[in-house]
Amino acid sequence: MKPFRDMRLAEAFRIQLAAPDDFEGWRDAARRMVRADVPPDRITWESPADQGGDLFAHGDRRLPSPPADAPQPRVSRDFLQLAQSVILHSDSTRFSLLYRTLWRLQSRPRLMDDKADADVRAMEDLARQVRRDIRKMRAFVRFRVVEGEEGEHYVAWFEPEHHILRANAGFFVRRFTTMRWSILTPRGTLHWDGEALQEGPPATRADAPSGDPVEALWRKYYASIFNPARLKVGAMLKEMPRKYWKNMPEAALIPELIAGAQAREAQMVKAGEQDFGERPQSLGAIGEAILGCRRCEIGCNGTRAVMGEGPASAALMIVGEQPGDSEEEQGRPFVGPAGRLLRSHLEEAGISDERTYVTNAVKHFKFVPRGKRRLHQNPTAKEIDVCRWWLDGERALVQPRLILALGASAARSLLGKTVSVQKVRGEPHRLEDGSELWITTHPSYLLRLQDHGRAEEEAKFANDLHRVSQRLSELSGAV
Amino acid sequence: MSQLSVLERLEILADAAKYDASCASSGTTKRNSKGGKGIGSTEGMGICHAYAPDGRCISLLKILLTNHCVFDCHYCVNRKSSNTRRARFTPQEVVDLTLSFYRRNYIEGLFLSSGIVKSSSHTMEQLIEVARILREEHDFRGYIHLKTIPEADPELVAQAGLHADRVSINVELPTVAGLTRLAPDKSAPQIEGAMGSLKEAIVEAKDARKRFRHAPKFAPAGQSTQMIVGADAATDADIVGRASTLYDRFRLRRVYYSAFSPIPDASAVLPLKRPPLMREHRLYQSDWLMRFYGYAPHEVQQAAGNDGMLPLDIDPKLAWALRFRGDFPVDVNRAPREKLLRVPGLGVKAVNALIAARRQRRLRLADVGKLTVSLAKVRPFIVTEDWRPLLLTDRADLQSLLVPSAKPTQMELFA
Repeated sequence: MKPFRDMRLAEAFRIQLAAPDDFEGWRDAARRMVRADVPPDRITWESPADQGGDLFAHGDRRLPSPPADAPQPRVSRDFLQLAQSVILHSDSTRFSLLYRTLWRLQSRPRLMDDKADADVRAMEDLARQVRRDIRKMRAFVRFRVVEGEEGEHYVAWFEPEHHILRANAGFFVRRFTTMRWSILTPRGTLHWDGEALQEGPPATRADAPSGDPVEALWRKYYASIFNPARLKVGAMLKEMPRKYWKNMPEAALIPELIAGAQAREAQMVKAGEQDFGERPQSLGAIGEAILGCRRCEIGCNGTRAVMGEGPASAALMIVGEQPGDSEEEQGRPFVGPAGRLLRSHLEEAGISDERTYVTNAVKHFKFVPRGKRRLHQNPTAKEIDVCRWWLDGERALVQPRLILALGASAARSLLGKTVSVQKVRGEPHRLEDGSELWITTHPSYLLRLQDHGRAEEEAKFANDLHRVSQRLSELSGAV
Repeated sequence: MSQLSVLERLEILADAAKYDASCASSGTTKRNSKGGKGIGSTEGMGICHAYAPDGRCISLLKILLTNHCVFDCHYCVNRKSSNTRRARFTPQEVVDLTLSFYRRNYIEGLFLSSGIVKSSSHTMEQLIEVARILREEHDFRGYIHLKTIPEADPELVAQAGLHADRVSINVELPTVAGLTRLAPDKSAPQIEGAMGSLKEAIVEAKDARKRFRHAPKFAPAGQSTQMIVGADAATDADIVGRASTLYDRFRLRRVYYSAFSPIPDASAVLPLKRPPLMREHRLYQSDWLMRFYGYAPHEVQQAAGNDGMLPLDIDPKLAWALRFRGDFPVDVNRAPREKLLRVPGLGVKAVNALIAARRQRRLRLADVGKLTVSLAKVRPFIVTEDWRPLLLTDRADLQSLLVPSAKPTQMELFA
């Protein structure tokens, strides 16, 4: 800086800008002041929105005329770009911050690269807040429809923090070109009629419509898309602070969603309660434990659970669907008509009872009462999956080389998926623990068939058992 | 069945869609509705129109066309054997809903997925029909993300890309074993095959547009996928490895991680405990390290412990730095960009600012402090004009000095 100054430079100037976001006006004035060599502390900047400047400055004094040979101020593109954002900020010191930085740029042309410099940082901070406000306005403006003579008119009420309304208009024009819309704010209003944009005076909330029927759908969507099992209120508040809530129809739901979340999650976890505790370590203990199992509706129907039967080191495990009427009465598996049919076929195939463990995919009897009779009902996939835990326990203890699943329910219990028995029968399936699974029909299916169909199916059934028997002797021979 | 109202069906079908993590609306071509008959614009950056109390951004109308499904995937609330309420929208209903939300500035566009009804190809046709009506009949220029069904006819998958900005196929589980066990109707080779053909279509369309200005666009925002974390036995190291292969092989824009969370009417095959949400967060952090910080996948895996899991109490970048202390401290005034990016607590922006600033003058600790959030975290790993950590990086208890001890850890709610 020059050691000696013109007396005039010791005076103060007040510069009145036309609007709070008047970048052109600021730039013209700033250029002139730099060329006239007026240091930052001699200027008070004002705009209509931030009144009340320095009382001692002479606002009516004419601005100095720079010498004709004074060079144009030097300014980097970074600065200009940042300044256009900074000027939209509501902080009343923004004009002087910009001028001070411009002033310093004259002697330090690379100043903008020094991101740790206090003025550069202050500019970056203000610009960041402005950009955020612009983004939030684009995000949080909510239009409400008013039916007018000229058709639908979309009107929104929004309260921006900074002077961004004009700067943001283009976005809404580009997006909603074919709509008629207005955005009302306390700082001014925008109106688009499909062709031209008009600015209007500040408005109040009462000028905007108070509701829209589609908001009920939107609120429902907002409440449904939220996952109560992963509450992160902090993350929400960081991006959507409370100050915006009052103009967003969905925000009214937030408190009850948060309050209900834990209860909803607890309910889900309880409904899907997985934890049986430790699995019993012997077949006897499993037999005890299933009596008290109430994990699904079948477990709660008051019937007696039926445990598997057979040697604890059986090479073959046969899995049926669930106990039937007779099984439930006697408390033993496969003692009814289907069981008798199975046993006769086993004998014919040369599979001995003593080497076979028989059990069911589901441990309780599911039925509907019909007069004095109890009619068998298929267990649901869910019920099979729940009861699988017990079957897995039996498998872990018995460790059979080969498992024969009778029917689709047993197959699901072992494979974890529903398969078509007719498609997968007659071939081995490898299970995760290394054992081999064969699948065939359930004998009760054979009992329901008549005449020719029954003979055909029984032959296939017998054939499956023969192959299992054969495979079993191969497996035991291999050791 | 009595006909449910639109409101009731929206509730069911939005609820069913919430397990898809993605809601991104970014990265597509710039468009606006000037000169058009319809509405809509995309300007590069996505916009989050609201945030739900789960901290997730709501950018798109994310719904299923129907939650009826012939598949029986255990982790999925819509699986065939689940006892959930079912509903369906017609394509026209989804279009109307999308437009009335868009006009009110609630959303950036639509993310449409569906349960599989009748057949995979039939379902895919329905999804494409929604996109087609929006684009062709309403000249909708907002964002459309279509979930693609890998089992559908490849011809249909190709059509989806012509209307959609983004297409995605979920790999669902990080391991093939997990997929076989938990999604018995899906097949890993089929999923990867479909992702592969999407990649080719995207690359081809890009190439064609370089030569012919009017060549049709194909999914300009690329493809993404999602993996469920914690439903099978995969470790973080497995997941990181899998994600990086997916990025390489299919040029994915994003891999989303979704911590398995309790669902109503859960299958009994699912694990007993859900993984901590923090695990998902650490995986995203490691994803960032690979995509923006120049870490190779094996380096991120080095940040994991011997059990293959990333530490939950510290971020993977700090974990890596603590393991490889020999690489530190890094001189802020001299070190190359790659080295600075490895300093825990320095982000990409801070590194850019430091590099710009150090061309001006020698940086002091206070300068670094102005550009980072936490100087305490950065300090042990850097050298500045006036600072050099005294053997600090050799201290055995360095980790405990850096991990905020007073920070309350969230208790397991239902332990």
